[in-house]
Formats: sequence, structure tokens, C-alpha cells
Amino acid sequence: MTAPEAPPNSTEDPKRKLSPAAQRFAHASSTSLGSTLIKIILVALVDATALFAIFTAIGREAWLIASVIAVITVVINVVYFKKGWLPAKYLLPGTIFLLIFQVFVIGYTGYIAFTNYGSGHNSDKADAVSSLLQSNQERVAGSPGYPVTMYNGADGLAMVIERDGQQLLGDVDDAFAPVDPASLENYTQLKFADLLGRQEEVTSLKVALSDDPAEGTLRTSDGRTAYQYTSSLSYDSNADTMTDQKTGTVYKDTGVGAFTAEDGSQLMPGWSINVGFDNFTRAFTDSSIRGALFSVTVWTFAFAFLSVASTFFLGLFLAIVFNDMRMRGRKIYRVISILPYAFPAFLGGLVWAGMLNKDFGFVNQVLFGGAEIPWLTDPWLAKFAVLWVNLWLGFPYMFLVCTGALQSIPQELSEAATIDGAKPLQIFRLIKLPLLLVSVAPLLISSFAFNFNNFNIIYMLTEGGPRLEDAGLNVGATDILISLVYKVAFVGSQRDYGLASAFSIIIFVIVAIISIISFKQTKALEELN
Amino acid sequence: MSADMTSTPTFRSIPKPARRTFGKWFATTGWRHLIGVALCIYAAFPLLYVLSASLNPEGTLLSSNGFFSTIGLQSYIDLFHNEQRPYAAWFANTLFIGLTTAVASVFLGALAAYSFSRMRFTGRRVGLVSLLVVQIFPQLLAVVAIFILLTSLGDVFPALGIDNQIALIMVYLGGALGVNTYLMYGFFNTVPVEIDEAAKIDGASHARIFFTMILRLVAPILAVVGLLSFISSTSDFVLASVVLVSPEKQTLAVGLYSYVSEEFTSNWSVFAAGAVLAALPVMALFLFLQKYIVGGLTAGAGK
Repeated sequence: MTAPEAPPNSTEDPKRKLSPAAQRFAHASSTSLGSTLIKIILVALVDATALFAIFTAIGREAWLIASVIAVITVVINVVYFKKGWLPAKYLLPGTIFLLIFQVFVIGYTGYIAFTNYGSGHNSDKADAVSSLLQSNQERVAGSPGYPVTMYNGADGLAMVIERDGQQLLGDVDDAFAPVDPASLENYTQLKFADLLGRQEEVTSLKVALSDDPAEGTLRTSDGRTAYQYTSSLSYDSNADTMTDQKTGTVYKDTGVGAFTAEDGSQLMPGWSINVGFDNFTRAFTDSSIRGALFSVTVWTFAFAFLSVASTFFLGLFLAIVFNDMRMRGRKIYRVISILPYAFPAFLGGLVWAGMLNKDFGFVNQVLFGGAEIPWLTDPWLAKFAVLWVNLWLGFPYMFLVCTGALQSIPQELSEAATIDGAKPLQIFRLIKLPLLLVSVAPLLISSFAFNFNNFNIIYMLTEGGPRLEDAGLNVGATDILISLVYKVAFVGSQRDYGLASAFSIIIFVIVAIISIISFKQTKALEELN
Repeated sequence: MSADMTSTPTFRSIPKPARRTFGKWFATTGWRHLIGVALCIYAAFPLLYVLSASLNPEGTLLSSNGFFSTIGLQSYIDLFHNEQRPYAAWFANTLFIGLTTAVASVFLGALAAYSFSRMRFTGRRVGLVSLLVVQIFPQLLAVVAIFILLTSLGDVFPALGIDNQIALIMVYLGGALGVNTYLMYGFFNTVPVEIDEAAKIDGASHARIFFTMILRLVAPILAVVGLLSFISSTSDFVLASVVLVSPEKQTLAVGLYSYVSEEFTSNWSVFAAGAVLAALPVMALFLFLQKYIVGGLTAGAGK
């Protein structure tokens, strides 16, 4: 509720006479030619980069990216050259990053959750058709050989053939197209020794004969003669079907994102389509996924809660123990106990994973005399191990925080209570603890939120394992929600981006509900002014 | 605490420390030392264990159990001579990504916090509330969308795509801004607005006030936010492992994980050497800045 912003020049009254020195000073600092110049140079740099980017995007036919960049550039220019709009000048740079990499990606997650994006479904239909036609190729029976010369260019290997007295050049990305001899100078012809040296590259090169994928590709095994290869599949664009020439099976687009035969067999790769609420239905009705999702959710809450509780109570206990002025060497204890907090968390997880190793680890070999206790491979022991390591990483923080909170409680309170006849335990329980909780509660909440998504400790220590036997997904007993999302999307050969995003959305909803409840409690929103 | 206290009068003069018996000493502070020693073992033992493992020239997990029984620097030498696992590059990458993210996010956050704290404009309250709402949702959860977005961006601009550090830094900048702006906004509000007004009357422009005055007055929060974003970006595994693919571009978190996830037990000593070198600068910084960090901790909770 401070005074409204005054226009920058409002203090300059033209009628008022200023001394020449003051006028010079006022002039130099208010118009600030230098800063205007810097601004112009910076915006010009942005514009130049943006222009280059737009042309590149248009060249690659990425219309959406080009138009987004254009819009951002126009906004930047308007904001920085328009008079006034001062807040926007300060807010814009951060807002751009925030909008793209936080707001947009969250919305995009929502979109992906309604698709079958993932292994075998990660492109559009046209790509799937051409990749199917490329991948099932066989040499055309009885077709003639093409004499071919191999060249090396900026984009890798290229093939040159002669047809109708004209030289045609093609490489892995571009089909054969006429090339004039002058531009061939940008390429170097491969000699026999080069051919031998790069044999694998040469034999794996496929060059499309024309833009029509049905015509097939040329391949060579020796770098001198190439043969035409066509797909055993043929695509009928009118009927939208794939036909296997050998078996005669017809594969149709039945709307599941892949060409499907009548017996249900599919041609892979398929393409990504909108599947509506399929991913969510799977998550809640497919019993092998539902059970895993439920146990992971329960464990996530248990893990976050127990982590906060264990670190807080150990930290509080230590803070009380070491909060005695008569004790010597408190500083040394405090410095040593802060060490785990300074140790990077991901390394902490990895180091403990070694120490708790069942066969060779320090704990089993030395502390338990060679026992084979499955610390990380038994579901319950692994949960205990995760909490134990997280306690090790987290208690120093709570120790520091509680020490600070205890020391900020005025000494007079406990003195007054002593005079009134209170016992030390009563003083602690009735006076110090409530005061301490008031100042520490927000930190406990944010610590809960942090541990709710504490991916590193879980993944570095157990990788979420041991795996749940009955789950239809790659899920383990110590997986929390965020590591579940990561493993479904990025670990293993079957990557399911759609399902992972659906899980993300479910977590977003959980987080939102928790936040709404805690906001109602704390009324944090009302404190904004 | 001790039962015999009830028999002694409460106004008794404070006993002189020199004449205390062992029992008295133990009852007042001795037991605290016992807990202190146990605490130190719990806290420091794993760290000593890594150190001893890194100095163990035999290199396997099993042989690392002999605590400081053999000492040699072979693992540190091996660490820097592994071409599949370029440790020096990881170290440099981590520093580069961490420092760039820290500096840029402090700057962007300070700009936004300045305008929220010092200017009154329509949409200000909406802006603050939406920042608060946005930062509730962790960016980590959108990792799939980020991966797909960067894949398609990379098709057009390889510099902004998968396997590029600039792309990763931009992702970090977007994710940290909400929290950072919030932390800074609170601190900016504690700087009296009269200082700005005085400067304005003296003819200083808004940019001059911001760069030459405000930024200096809020230096403590800039340091805290910078340190927090350095730590969070250097210890991030999820986004870094998804975005950075080729070994020479990865960070320490991703690289050291790959050390352990493949050939776990035989590489142990070399991994430990890598862990010691990676942790030393961070721990040194921590102990050096201990006083300031403890104050800043209460502002932004982590771990």
C-alpha cells in the first residue's frame, strides 16, 4: 500500500530554475543515452537471432515454432520500445521462460495423457507409412544392377547413378535428384580403400529412388553396383490399407494407431493418436496397474510423512541435547553433524547403496559378520533402508532449524515458568514446543512437499526396487509417484509416454488438493498485498 | 533429570565445576557427549567410508570394507583416464550448467521481484497469485512433455534440442522462476521504499535504481537464491538424464549414476574417487558459508 508509481519525469518542473550543474546532472541521469543505446543493441540482437530462427523454422516447415517465435519477438519489441509499460519491461524475460518451460509443458502433459504416444507410437501416420515401407524391403527379383559411385558429402555418404545420360545424386535423407557436375565438387569420391574402411556405412545406406516410397530404395553391398529394393508391404492410399504381398494379409487403419489385421496382429511402428480417457481408464480399472498405482501412492505419502517425522524428531532431540550452555565442544559436534547435509544427496544414495549391498557391502560384511541381509532387495527392508538413508541426509537440516528456533525463544519465559514452579519437562511441553512448532511448521510442510517428489534418494538407492511381482508395469516396492512416472516413460524398452503423462496428471490433481487444503488452513493467499 | 535433585534446596549456590564428581558431570553434560559421539559416528562414518574406498587401490566393493587398510591413488588416476566415462568433462559440465543457471535465474527472478515489489499495476495481484499457484506444481512431473517438446525443437534448432546443455539450462530457468521470484519478493519488500523515492527525486532512472541500489541492498537473498538454484540444478538427475544423452555432455549426477548402475561392484573404488572429488567443493563451500546458509535455510527449505 505504498504510494502509486510516479512517472519518471514528474520531478522535473520546466518552469523551475536549476543551477547549470544541477541541470547537467539531471539531464545526464534522466535521459541516460547510454542505457537507451544498450537497450537498442540488446533488442536488435534478439531480433536478429529471432529472424534467423524464423527462417530456419520455415525452411524446415515447422510452422508452429516459426509463428510462436514471431509472436514472442513482436511482444519483446512492443514492450521495450513503447513508452511506459514499465512493469512489463521487468517481467517479460522471466515470463517467457516460465510460460514455455513451466506453464506450457504442464498443459502439454495434459494433452499427451490423452494420446498413446510411446514406443511404436511416436510419430504421425505419414511417417509410420514410409518407415513401414522402408523397413520390410527385399530385392526386386530379377531387377538390373545400377552402376553406382559413392561420394562423401557434408550430410554423410551419397550415391550417384546415371540415368538417361544425366547424373542423379541421393543420400539418406533425399531421394535421387539430378545434380550438375559443378556442385559435385562439394563431394569427394570414395576410393577403394575408403570403401573397405567404411563398409558398414556403405552397406547400410538406403537411398530412395523417388519421393514415392512405393518405388523402393537402392542399396549396394560393394559400393559399385546397387540394386533396387522394394517393400514386401504395399500401401493403398485410397483404401488406407497395407497389404503384405507375400501372405496377402490386409492391414487396416482401425483407429488404434497402427495398421491392424483382422486377426488382431499389428504392423509396427504405428503412429500416435488421441485415445481419449484410455490411459486414465487403464490406470484405474486394469487391475495390474491399479494395484501398483495404489500401493505407490500410499508409499509416497508414507515415505514423505515418515521422512519428515523421523528427521524432525531426531533433529529436535539433538537440538535439545546440545542446547545446554554448560556443554563444551558443542560447535565441533554441530559441524560434524552438518556434514551429511552438505554431501550431495544423489551421492549419498549411491554410497549407501554400496554399503547396504547384500553380498559385498560394508554393513553385511563387517557390521553383521557376513550375514546376507537383503537390505535393498526385500520389500520391507528396502523401505526401511530408504527411510534410514533419508534420515541420514535430512536430520542435520532439522537439527539446525530446531536449534535456531529453540534459541530464539526468550529465556525469560522458562525462567518465569520455573519461578511459578514448573518442572523442566512441563516447560518444554507446554511452553517451548508450541512456540517452536509455530515457527517450524511451514518448514515441515515444505519438507513434506520436497520429499513427496524426492526422486534422487529413491532412484539412487534402490531404483524403486525390488520389483512388484504382480504389477503389469515396471514398478517396485520403494517407487514413489515421480519415479513411477520416470520409469514408465524412460526406463526399459517399452516406453509409454501417454500412460506416464496420465500418472503425472493424477499427481497434479493430488498436489492441487493438498495445496488447496493447506492454503485454506494458512490463508497464505490473504497475506499478499 | 537426576533423582537426587529433589533432596537439595533449589536456591543452592552453583557448584564449582572443578569439584564435580564424575557422576555429577555425567548427569549434567557427560551423557550429552555420549550422544554427541554416537551422532558423529552416524553422520561421518559413511563419508569416511567413501574416502577410504576411494583410496583403496584394489577397486572392488568387497575390498573397500578394509577401512583404510590399503592406501593408494590409483583410482583417482583411473578416474581421469576412462574414455567412455569422461569425468573431467562431467565436472566442467556440472559447473557450467550450475553456474549459468544460478546467475541467470537470480537475474530473472530479481527483475520480476523488483517490479512486483516496487510498482503498482493492473494485474499485479493476479500475477503474484498465479506465480504462487504455478510453483505448486513441480516441473519435474512434466518431464515427458519437456522431453517431447525438446525433441521437436531439436529437429529445427539442434542447439535447443535433446542432448544440448543450453536447452537444459532453459528448462531449469523456467522451472525455478516461480519459487525464486517469491523468495526475492519477500526480501525486496523489507527494503524501505523511501530509498527508491529519494533516488527518484534525485533524478535516478528506474534502471539505475534497480542495478546500482536495489541489487546491492538485497545481496543476501541473491546469494541464497543463487546457491539454492546452483545446488538444485547440479544435483538434478531426472531432467539431466532425459535431456543429456551422450557421455561427454552429461553432468556428474548422471555420469556417476552410470558408473554404479553398470558393473556396480568392480568399479566401486573409482566411483568413490569421483564422489569424493564431486563432494569436496560443495562441502567446503557449505562449511565456509555455514552461518549464512543456516539463516537462508529457513527461507527456502530443501532436503
